[in-house]
Amino acid sequence: MDLATTYLGLRLNNPLVPSASPLAEKLDDVKRLADAGAAAIVLHSLFEEQLRLESAELDYHLTHGTESFAEALSYFPESSEYRLGPEEYLDHIAKAKAAVKIPIIASLNGSTLGGWTDYASKIQQAGADALELNIYSIPTDFHLAAADIEKTYLDIVGAVKAAVTIPVAVKLSPFFTNFANMAQRLAEAGANGLVLFNRFYQPDIDLETLEVKPNVLLSTPMAMRLPLRWIAILHGRIPVSLAATGGIHRATDALKMLMAGADVTMMCSALLRHGPQHLATVRREMVAWLEQHEYESIAQLKGSLSQKKCADPTAFERAQYMRALSSYTFDPAMVTPAV
Amino acid sequence: MNAKTYITVDGNEAVAYVSYRLNEVMAIYPITPSSPMGEWCDQWAAEGKRNLWGTIPSVVEMQSEGGAAGALHGALQTGALANTFTASQGLLLKIPNMYKIAGELLPTVFHITARTLATHALSIFGDHSDVMAARATGFAMLASASVQEAMDFALIAQAATFKARVPFLHFFDGFRTSHEVQKIAVIPDDIMLSMMDVKAIEAHRNRALSPDHPVLRGTAQNPDAFFQGREACNPFYAACPDIVQQVMDELARKVGRHYHLFDYVGAPDAERVVVLMGSGCETAHETVDYLVRKGEKVGVVKVRLYRPFDIKQFVEALPASVRAIAVLDRTKEPGAAGEPLYQDCVAAVYEGLSQGWGQLRSMPRMIGGRYGLSSKEFTPAMVKAVLDNLDAPQPKNHFTVGIQDDVSHTSLDYDPDFSTEGDDVVRAMFYGLGADGTVGANKNSIKIIGEETDNYAQGYFVYDSKKSGSMTVSHLRFGPREIRSTYLVSRANFVACHQPVFLERHDVTQPLVPGGTFLLNTPYSKDEIWDKLPRPIQEGLIRKKAKFYVIDATSVARASGMGGRINTIMQVCFFALAGVLPKDEAIAQIKKSIQKTYGKKGEEVVRKNIQAVDNTLANLHEVPVPDRVTSTVDLLPGVTPDAPEYVRSVLGKLALNRGDELPVSAFPSDGTFPTATARFEKRNIALEIPVWDEKVCIQCAKCVAVCPHACIRMKVYAPALLTDAPATFKSTDARNPDWKGLKFTLQVAPEDCTGCALCVDVCPARNKQEAKLKAINMRPQAPLRFQERDNWNFFLTLPEMDRRKVKLTQLRSQQVLQPLFEFSGACAGCGETPYLKMLSQLFGDRLLIANATGCSSIYGGNLPTTPYACDAAGRGPAWCNSLFEDNAEFGLGFRVSLDKQKEFAGELVRKLAPVLGDDLVSGLLNADQKDEAGIYEQRQRVAALKQKLQGNSSLEARLLLPIADTLVKKSVWIVGGDGWAYDIGYGGLDHVLASGRDVNVLVLDTEVYSNTGGQMSKSTPRGAVAKFAAGGKPLPKKDLGLICMTYGNIYVASVALGAKDEHTLRAFLEAESYAGPSIIIAYSHCIAHGIAVDMGVGMRQQKLLVDSGQWLLYRYDPRRAAAGENPLQLDSTAAKAKVQEYLLSENRFRMLTKSKPEEAKRLFELAQKDADARWQFYAHLSARKPSGNGHADEPTAPQAKV
Repeated sequence: MDLATTYLGLRLNNPLVPSASPLAEKLDDVKRLADAGAAAIVLHSLFEEQLRLESAELDYHLTHGTESFAEALSYFPESSEYRLGPEEYLDHIAKAKAAVKIPIIASLNGSTLGGWTDYASKIQQAGADALELNIYSIPTDFHLAAADIEKTYLDIVGAVKAAVTIPVAVKLSPFFTNFANMAQRLAEAGANGLVLFNRFYQPDIDLETLEVKPNVLLSTPMAMRLPLRWIAILHGRIPVSLAATGGIHRATDALKMLMAGADVTMMCSALLRHGPQHLATVRREMVAWLEQHEYESIAQLKGSLSQKKCADPTAFERAQYMRALSSYTFDPAMVTPAV
Repeated sequence: MNAKTYITVDGNEAVAYVSYRLNEVMAIYPITPSSPMGEWCDQWAAEGKRNLWGTIPSVVEMQSEGGAAGALHGALQTGALANTFTASQGLLLKIPNMYKIAGELLPTVFHITARTLATHALSIFGDHSDVMAARATGFAMLASASVQEAMDFALIAQAATFKARVPFLHFFDGFRTSHEVQKIAVIPDDIMLSMMDVKAIEAHRNRALSPDHPVLRGTAQNPDAFFQGREACNPFYAACPDIVQQVMDELARKVGRHYHLFDYVGAPDAERVVVLMGSGCETAHETVDYLVRKGEKVGVVKVRLYRPFDIKQFVEALPASVRAIAVLDRTKEPGAAGEPLYQDCVAAVYEGLSQGWGQLRSMPRMIGGRYGLSSKEFTPAMVKAVLDNLDAPQPKNHFTVGIQDDVSHTSLDYDPDFSTEGDDVVRAMFYGLGADGTVGANKNSIKIIGEETDNYAQGYFVYDSKKSGSMTVSHLRFGPREIRSTYLVSRANFVACHQPVFLERHDVTQPLVPGGTFLLNTPYSKDEIWDKLPRPIQEGLIRKKAKFYVIDATSVARASGMGGRINTIMQVCFFALAGVLPKDEAIAQIKKSIQKTYGKKGEEVVRKNIQAVDNTLANLHEVPVPDRVTSTVDLLPGVTPDAPEYVRSVLGKLALNRGDELPVSAFPSDGTFPTATARFEKRNIALEIPVWDEKVCIQCAKCVAVCPHACIRMKVYAPALLTDAPATFKSTDARNPDWKGLKFTLQVAPEDCTGCALCVDVCPARNKQEAKLKAINMRPQAPLRFQERDNWNFFLTLPEMDRRKVKLTQLRSQQVLQPLFEFSGACAGCGETPYLKMLSQLFGDRLLIANATGCSSIYGGNLPTTPYACDAAGRGPAWCNSLFEDNAEFGLGFRVSLDKQKEFAGELVRKLAPVLGDDLVSGLLNADQKDEAGIYEQRQRVAALKQKLQGNSSLEARLLLPIADTLVKKSVWIVGGDGWAYDIGYGGLDHVLASGRDVNVLVLDTEVYSNTGGQMSKSTPRGAVAKFAAGGKPLPKKDLGLICMTYGNIYVASVALGAKDEHTLRAFLEAESYAGPSIIIAYSHCIAHGIAVDMGVGMRQQKLLVDSGQWLLYRYDPRRAAAGENPLQLDSTAAKAKVQEYLLSENRFRMLTKSKPEEAKRLFELAQKDADARWQFYAHLSARKPSGNGHADEPTAPQAKV
């Protein structure tokens, strides 16, 4: 079975790619993922904000309480150097590259324009095959217009593209008024691919402590509906690679995404739950399904159910609750009382 | 001669610079003020810096100075180039080995930051009492007087010791030289190396103990041999002075600075001469220069080589014209014919004359005096007074100078206005808060001026004895000539006050010269500020015709992302106003130095500081000084007006840093001070204080329990008592069913609180309408200060709960007990003090504390005030610090003494039965004092006994009365930190615990030497970064509790208040009730851990610590074993979190991931294994089935079937 696909111009031998997650933080795990059949690996994110915070924190702790009391003018030994920049991350890229044969995609989460471009070029120098930009924040400024936020995204993509020659993908949230327009403009700004969609910390409330505790819940297959829709809509309409991420747990999930038009299907929660070897299972089941249904290759089915190519294009646009429910008959007898 | 390179360093760094380059083994132990020398060497070694021989020295931290001396002795015997650094008590502990080292003619240099020995009090400051105590050891003694000399003499000593085979003690004045920052000419490495006699070093190596050419040393000798053997070393001592002079001459040829064994400075025809050594020489030199210019015939002899004392060289240094000599000693030898240097000089002159050496032809008048004990200021005015005294018809002998001795009338008067300082010296003073970075910025300014201009620069820093909210005063001088002023700035051209709150108590304009510049950081604008100043400040500014500038540095700092650190901003202002450098050049230099200083900490920190520089000048404004005083506000006294007379007149002066004005008669002759004095300080250092919401409060008392400064308290009382309450005084119904019908109040001491917010963090109650609010919330202090002061004062008038009615095992009940430890100067958020507070609540009225030297002895016993307090009956903890190393033994002494006196009292009671009556006698002797009721009743009986014996003149009655109180149970606690318990005091601790006596040991375990600045102890956990463990401690923490348990008869508990408060409470009660030895190892979070938000989450850290299994909670009670139960109860559960989660939450571990990421990974994994193994082992121990003898039965293998 020919599982080959192309993502960001990179020729991949299958469409299964672990997405940015703690799974790729250890070199051993990178190797395990490759051994299990990953076609490429997106490394965990380098957070510029975290580096800045760590620098400020280290300074705080090294100076706190110093030069106050004659017997203890300091509390820590001074080191001649600290690794506060992205060096460790860059080392990791280089080591991952040396350890596996598949492409390594670095992930960068920036907070200033300087940080984005500086780190992007260092990431390229470290040997990454591609770069995934993770641009996301929750805008809470009541005076900040959507257009300004969108422009910032485009400026970042433009600046990063000017700084590197490796392909650049942008990982996005779905929260744009007109996502299609945003996708189009990102493509125009030079993005080589879009990764749909980012999942992030969402607040939760601890009833016992009365505290708000943001955390990440591992995804369920339910989550794949949103990226599925947008990949289907974008496929064939903008000249960029599309990566599907979110809710892909089984081979059938991945196949659906590919049919909608994804070039690669990215997995995280399922791998965290079942371990890197789950990739091999998905791949095996994918091959079995394809063989059973007499497909020749992934290329053959890719985009076959995109909005452009499916039988009912309006199905991807249906949004109204009433219309969606119209096919579902309500039977009071079937209602289970809430406990 | 090489072109000179200058560096700007303090004395410690200057000495370490030389020492590191020429040695290969350093055995050290931290002690103020010498610690930084060892730390520098350790840091350079950690960085892989090679010495001039081409190898990286081995720096080994020992368990005590005694241990360091022993290790050093061993290293020297086996041929190493080895040395050490120490001071004060540390030097005393080295003395036994020093006799050995000298007796065996082993070449080495001990660098000593000469420091006061503890006598009636401990002092960390400088004088020569320690080195004088070592003068008989046989070490050569070389005294340097300045930072430059400290570097030069370190080399001279190092070069001379190998040539002479006599070990050297190189000393310089603690703090005055060790911590003074000066621009000095650095000795180039090639010169340093060229000064070393390689042949002599080869000889030292060849003498090393080796099985390849074995010899025997350290023999025992009999009367037939010892004396002759002792005299055999004489030729080496005879040769030593000449060798030192040759080395001095060689150094002079190579670097141009020429020293002599005795350096004379002054008029060639001087008639009056002062002789001294150490930093005072510089002041004397400056004064003599000044007086000679004025035509006076005076001079000074600086003693460089004190031992061996070269009599000929000394008398030859004196001009023929000398007719009177004053010898100054910076030490006191009570009862001696005179202090040591004086005696030596008298003997030398006498002997010199009799030998016909030198130019003197008749015996001059010779007198001796003391100066500068414990870094007491020594100024040109005092030098002049000493010289003037020589002119008097009957000069005062055995005088003191620098104090007012109204008891023995030894002191010389001096004119405080006499000054020798020239106009070409810029003198600046800065009043800063410890936390605001003032000192760091000033050190930086000195570096800039010293290294980027032709000016000489000097900086000296005066610190507070408090660890929180402490004031630092920086004294800076800059000038075109070498600066010899080894005394504080008292006439400043520039004064900056970095914190407006200091104006409340201190007249900071006092040192300002007329026309000088005054800079104030204040939130008020240039138009508002004048009317906000206290009257003396206004008067000062007008009288001095000062130029006055203001800046709101705190706002500029916040806007620049710098938080509370205003250092960079104030530094820019100084350069802009002081005119030492052109403004633009100065700002460029500051930016350059920011890059250099902060670069390695990441771009973010550099960016913020540069931002602060750029934001400063636009916010600096000149304030026109009006010609009229408008303020009616006076300065606040050092203590509150309601304080007792002694506290006001003596301790209050000390609190205002004006102790120098107090005469001898103000002080006790034996070091005894009243307790309960911290309550009078009212330091007002919190910007925010906790405010109680009585409607949300569940009255759990956790906030009261954790407050490190006993500033948040609860009381339960009859509702009727509220009649006179101030209008804003809060109360609510008590929720505890035992207190039904009573009122409950939680009150904060607004002027004592440090604002750490630990209380808010532990509060479990949340406001149901607004979840961010708890039952206590931090609010700005200023608007609440006076209202809450009234409320606090009213609160204090409410009666304390009858101790018999308190459920001691229940925190919410127990915390109603009055704390007898309050308002200490410990760090805000301290993790140690809540334990001491709990101790004082539970047993304070019958408590004796033996306190090891360390943080707890500093916040517990540093003048001016003490946090140990008294109850309404006048009872409270009696406290004493003996030493660092002997605390367990000291406390055992309390117990043995009290037990003996109690036994004797019992015997006397029996003898006095006819007077006392059989019932009282039986009651007194058979009293059950297990609980508060029993103790109460016994106190009643003792009161009755005293009553009955009033006026009884029998010997028995007179013997019994002073010891009758020993019949009431006394609680002896031996308190100290981990440095004491795990390291220096461990031998004694072990012995005392093994003694079986009823003593209680409280180890405040911060896992590091906190008081001396974060050096590794054996309690430091694996992976923690500490001084001497810069690469993370490679080995696990010593399990002190487990070691103690092996005795079987010791009560052992491991507690962490923040993890389980009632467990701590239970452990204290059990330990105290156990009639044998007890030890509680109490985890104490610490400023040296690097915890978030100024330690405000310390208790949360303790919880995480226990949840991760990094710390176990347990109690080992021998009484349980006796009852057939397993003595060990494991009170924490299996880990709920990974150790790494805890480790990464504290800077001491996390910084290793930034400095040595690979090593961090390795050590953190091992730390997890340590925790797992420890848990399994303890779980096994606590699950074993005990047998009747108190020991657990081990599972036995079944009999093999045949």
